[in-house]
Amino acid sequence: MTEPHFKNDILEIAGIQFKSRLWVGTGKYKDFDETAKVIEASGADVVTVAVRRVNIINRKEPNLLDYIDPKKYKILPNTAGCYTVEDALRYSRLAREAGVSDMVKLEVIGDERTLFPDVCGLLKATEILAKEGFKVFPYSNDDPIIARRLVDAGAVAVMPLGAPIGSGLGIRNPYNLKIILETIKIPIIVDAGVGTASDAAIALELGADATLINTAIAGAKDPVAMAMAMKHAVIAGRLAFLAGRIPRKLYASASSPIEGMLH
Amino acid sequence: MNIQLNGERYEIPTAYTITELLNELEIPINGVAVEVNLNIIKKDKFAATLINNGDSVEIVNFVGGG
Repeated sequence: MTEPHFKNDILEIAGIQFKSRLWVGTGKYKDFDETAKVIEASGADVVTVAVRRVNIINRKEPNLLDYIDPKKYKILPNTAGCYTVEDALRYSRLAREAGVSDMVKLEVIGDERTLFPDVCGLLKATEILAKEGFKVFPYSNDDPIIARRLVDAGAVAVMPLGAPIGSGLGIRNPYNLKIILETIKIPIIVDAGVGTASDAAIALELGADATLINTAIAGAKDPVAMAMAMKHAVIAGRLAFLAGRIPRKLYASASSPIEGMLH
Repeated sequence: MNIQLNGERYEIPTAYTITELLNELEIPINGVAVEVNLNIIKKDKFAATLINNGDSVEIVNFVGGG
């Protein structure tokens, strides 16, 4: 039913085609089994992962990539937990050397409580990594000026936050997001803050190219159900955006004709 | 020989190549990255890179994250 509307609506970033506009994180799940079930239910094409030390003591610990097949999913390593440019560069380079992807979701965090990005550090790291050939997806704030600077620095997309990571507050500043969408020519992926399905739909309705969601799904009472909800919400939001909504009006305009009324 | 391995002291009987260390630890090579003394070592150099006394080694992989 939606086929004709979707045929030419491909998400392409840095020469890569993506099948789904819902990207999901793999953090905060009960175990890898649950992670795999949820990713499957979400229909996501891209999954983010973190880079951490291998557990030397417990060698028999299962490996995430045994549950999330890199041939089936596009793995997007993040630099979560990095508060300096140096750390973000180190983790990015390690992630690429693991041999699965040259994409990186670049995080340079400025503050522990809000996990807001340190945009100065983010700009520096983006420029350096872009020169090294990385496909940089910077996790940014909702400032259109910073978004523009990230484009200039060589990012392949910009990932503005909707609200603090894990806060579930939704899209706090849709007006800024709209300005970013109007002024930035590279893809925009809303990352962080989505709390439930309607938030995801709103992000796509505004015109975002995709949205990355972790906590809203992992922390839901039924993560598989929420993954399905998000899948539909993203489809609905994207279709609504493509359909072109009606304007907002102060007064009514009748939906039924006057002609043929009984007098 | 004493080395630092993922932040902990670790003993190796003699200088090991990265490949030998990974084998001893039963860590499969895919999805893993290795750093020796803050230098990231390319996978095709694992068999040729020696880890010596006093070296600091980091072995990382991918885990769940947002």
